[in-house]
Amino acid sequence: MAMADQSTSGPSFRLSMLIYDTRYRSMTIQVFALILFLLAIGWLVNNAANNLASSGKELGFSFLSDPAGYDINQRLIEYNSQMSHGRAALVGLLNTLLVAVLGCLLATVIGVAVGVLRLSSNWIVARLMTFYIETLRNIPVLLWIILAMAIFIESFPQPNMFRGEDAEATMNLWGSVALTNRGFYIPKPLFFDGSMVVVMVFILSLVGIWFFGRWAKAKQEATGDILPSGWIKLAIFFLPAIAVFYAMGQPIGLEYPELKGFNFKGGIYMRNSLIALWLSLSLYTGAFIAEAVRAGIQAISHGQSEAAFALGLRPGRTMKLVILPQALRVIVPPLISQYLNLTKNSSLAIAVGYMDITGTLAGITLNQTGRALETLLLLMLIYLSISISVSLVMNWYNESIKMRER
Amino acid sequence: MTDLSYVRTEMLSEQAPPSGQQGIVKWMRANLFSSITNSILTLLALFFLYKALSGILPWVFQSSWNAKSLGECREAIAAAYGEGVEGACWAVIRERYQQLSFGFYPKELYWRPILAFILMLVAVAPVLFAGVPRKMLLFSALFPFIGFWLLWGGTIWVPVSALLGFVVAYGAAKLLPSMIGGLGATIAVILLPVIYWLLAFGPLADALSAIFPYGIESVPSSSMGGFALSITIGVTGIALSLPIGILLALGRQAPLFIVKSICVGFIEFIRGVPLITLLFVASVLLSIFLPPGSNFDIILRVMIMVTLFASAYMAEVVRGGLAALPKGQYEAADALGMNYWQTTRLIIMPQALKISIPNIVSNFIGLFKDTTLVSIIGLLDPLGLSTSIRANQEWNGIVWELYGFIALLFWIVCFSMSRYSMYLERKLKTEH
Repeated sequence: MAMADQSTSGPSFRLSMLIYDTRYRSMTIQVFALILFLLAIGWLVNNAANNLASSGKELGFSFLSDPAGYDINQRLIEYNSQMSHGRAALVGLLNTLLVAVLGCLLATVIGVAVGVLRLSSNWIVARLMTFYIETLRNIPVLLWIILAMAIFIESFPQPNMFRGEDAEATMNLWGSVALTNRGFYIPKPLFFDGSMVVVMVFILSLVGIWFFGRWAKAKQEATGDILPSGWIKLAIFFLPAIAVFYAMGQPIGLEYPELKGFNFKGGIYMRNSLIALWLSLSLYTGAFIAEAVRAGIQAISHGQSEAAFALGLRPGRTMKLVILPQALRVIVPPLISQYLNLTKNSSLAIAVGYMDITGTLAGITLNQTGRALETLLLLMLIYLSISISVSLVMNWYNESIKMRER
Repeated sequence: MTDLSYVRTEMLSEQAPPSGQQGIVKWMRANLFSSITNSILTLLALFFLYKALSGILPWVFQSSWNAKSLGECREAIAAAYGEGVEGACWAVIRERYQQLSFGFYPKELYWRPILAFILMLVAVAPVLFAGVPRKMLLFSALFPFIGFWLLWGGTIWVPVSALLGFVVAYGAAKLLPSMIGGLGATIAVILLPVIYWLLAFGPLADALSAIFPYGIESVPSSSMGGFALSITIGVTGIALSLPIGILLALGRQAPLFIVKSICVGFIEFIRGVPLITLLFVASVLLSIFLPPGSNFDIILRVMIMVTLFASAYMAEVVRGGLAALPKGQYEAADALGMNYWQTTRLIIMPQALKISIPNIVSNFIGLFKDTTLVSIIGLLDPLGLSTSIRANQEWNGIVWELYGFIALLFWIVCFSMSRYSMYLERKLKTEH
């Protein structure tokens, strides 16, 4: 009796149990880690506060509403040097998004084409694609960006070389596109009266294509007849819009760039830094996407295509209905991270003078205001939110194409 | 009645297959002209190859190796190969290859980075190839100290005193467990060297170098540059990011909420921002977070940032390997009575790392390529030097030769790394 009392009424918790008892040990480690972590953060913040105080600066974002006082040559929204630093950062952000979206589109096209061609049974084509991938992947993207910019500056003609009767340079594509060392001048669409009708008809025909697709599928499932839906969709895409275009008296025209004085006027001006950045990022990321596409297609077992052939599907439909839907599941996750990489690599724009968010906020604004802490914090937050939103959207897409297992 | 039937009694000798079914013709039919589309593709590819090679090859070979400027180069090419011939001006490489390799490192001291590079190859050999004697790993452990001393120079007592910290840790690990018990010893092994480095390291190095002033000429960080700089930053990052990445991955997998949150927060933050923003932090912001008056080397700051950046990516790669392991491996190790670190070290990590080799190596390649970004914050890596060479009066207008040379060197390093990872995968493959 006494013995039992002793064992239950004795100290049931000893300090050493915090370390040796697995029930409490994880707690101890965590508390210890938390204290260390907070101490480190506290030390850094304390240092920062001391340093800011001694240099007479206060943490604050009011500088964002001060006039920026610098020009941005590439802009999607209205901006001039009298506007605020915040507006300049917004212009930069839009430039980042512009090159990221353009880059992702082109990189996907290049990547899918190269990835599929690398698996081609054609020896020479497969070798060429391997060469492309290994060259692009193993050389830093910054080198590609700077090289592209250098080629634009050194190899393309100056605008004034287009002048005169026997000019040294001529415009390409029947005089509609001018490739100069300042950038590309391409025709700009002009919308006159009645152009809305054409645009509306075009949108309606897109809706029509969607309905036709549904109807054709329903018909195939009901009767087994397969319509030549690709050709019909192509016809719906082009014919009504073209017919209305001519019926309305060609209300949409093109404004061609023209040489006036020392430079081209009119048309759309694509700055060479934008093109150099866009092309080099797309070509570089395209090589990585190509590898993802190849790995995805190779991950589908050979039995799948054999089974599809045994059912009598043609190679094209086998690819479309059997291989691609399965390969897509393998391809999408690496594709997401490549898109994110491209977006983050677009910050290298600063090397060629393209004014993206890094160039405006962490470049000129930082230098002018001297607010390194605030600008870099803001910059990191912006990139973080871009990364997180891209991965949220792509993960949602990934979820929607995931295999539904029963 | 005679039997007219004919029965052959001897075997027919083997006949050669029809000419279309053997050799080059069959190969071409199968691989180049198997269908109409393929034939068109082949012809297009051949046309493209012809166009590319007929442009590139004469440019490469009708070149000039001996000139002082681009203009001289063009004159020499015109004189040798006729007017209007466009040739490469390799003279720029010949004149600047030392700068591209070593930056502004003093010319008479070039032997130091070269020796450090050779020693580095010796040090990585036992890590890379199992055939090399295991004893050489000791040299690999010493190499970081030798290498940094060779590159930066200065008194020999700094690396020696830094090394002493590890000796302290080793001694504590050997002696203390029997004296103060396992847990106390673990804490001591972590704390003692840190205390040593914080308090004793500086005075000790100063005192020793005052007594025995032995050292080599010290070279400031501002003279570092070229491929020597890229390789230094790259190798440091590679060597440190893997262990840190493994720890982060283990922290992320751990059933400890706070540790896990810290690791996840760190990894996701680093992976969400571009490296260039971290380099900006290293160049303009890090001094704000340190005690007033403390100022440490820009290359060291960049190395820290590159390592942190790479280790976040490494953590995700290792986590992928951990996730791919079947749960039975953990359970089996538990059943054998192993503790957490034994399980991790002996059962989990060898398998998880093996699975993630391709991704680990592609991370290494990415890290090495990312070292070029330091040119944006003003360090003189090959790309930073190329800008100044192109701005130079003599070489103004040079593009392909310079970037081609830099690209080739990067390509060789990165391509050999990817080939090595394939070799390692084959070597470690155990399934049938």
